[in-house]
Amino acid sequence: MTVAGAASVEDVVRPPSVEPGLSVSPSPTGLLDQESREWLRDLRAEGPARDAAVERLHALLLRAARFEVARRRPTLPHLRGDEPGEIALEAADDALMSVLARLDDFRGASRFTTWAYKFALLEAAVRLRKRAWQGREVPLEQETWDLFSSVGLGPAAAAEQSELIAALQEGIAGLTPHQRRVLVALAVDGVPIDVLADRLNTNRGALYKTLHDARHNLRRYLTARGFDTTISFKESH
Amino acid sequence: MQSPDVKHIVERLLGPSGAEIGCDECFEQLDRYVDLEVAGHDADAALPGLRAHLEGCPACREEHESLLALVSRHPHS
Repeated sequence: MTVAGAASVEDVVRPPSVEPGLSVSPSPTGLLDQESREWLRDLRAEGPARDAAVERLHALLLRAARFEVARRRPTLPHLRGDEPGEIALEAADDALMSVLARLDDFRGASRFTTWAYKFALLEAAVRLRKRAWQGREVPLEQETWDLFSSVGLGPAAAAEQSELIAALQEGIAGLTPHQRRVLVALAVDGVPIDVLADRLNTNRGALYKTLHDARHNLRRYLTARGFDTTISFKESH
Repeated sequence: MQSPDVKHIVERLLGPSGAEIGCDECFEQLDRYVDLEVAGHDADAALPGLRAHLEGCPACREEHESLLALVSRHPHS
């Protein structure tokens, strides 16, 4: 599978291959469970046995993709008619290809079904994020000096934390243009990382590395100016 | 965006303070993390840095929430 500009499985899965059926990493129970062994055996078989296993796998992945679509459906009122079902089916189809292509990468660190599910959930989630931002402008050239007015910070709050705000603005201004663009888009404007990756022709992993570096530099800037940044913040969109 | 306060903005700008893994490692380890959680084991001790990443990355956090919910609903599929 390749999800253009997103956290494609090509980007995110690089475990070493192992011998078929060999568990090299402990699962929660310490062993490859019976069900996972049966999945591997059937998917590595030939003829009708394999065909049946592939069909069961596709049904499993479709269930996962539909689950993801259903979870997000209330936040996606613009989806039309059969679109949710089509998105789930496309996600399941691509996830099936990914799972079959990476069967030897399954290390038995989890149940096979859990491992397989995550491919379908990723495929569905990326499609839904992109669909939600389809046709929307992605702000990329925001200047730091209007950062806080752009997110609707009121004068009272601004006055209350004027020193911190000034330091944040200075710190953001000191980032590289790319770091600033990525930080503002992801952390201020709420652009989904898959959507931004698409627009910048990169992938989720590379973008998050840029975001991490920008955050690290900003935190260091604030610390050097006497602000306490040791609080464990939780990012929330 | 609806009038977020300063703390909310700072949280999003600074992200998690602890050491974290990246999106690639997160995806690679997510299935094991969730199975450990469902089994009642200490997933954070087994896979350090993953929880911090989930706090800093909305996309990976959403996918973790979905996988956890799905596996919890179908534990022996």
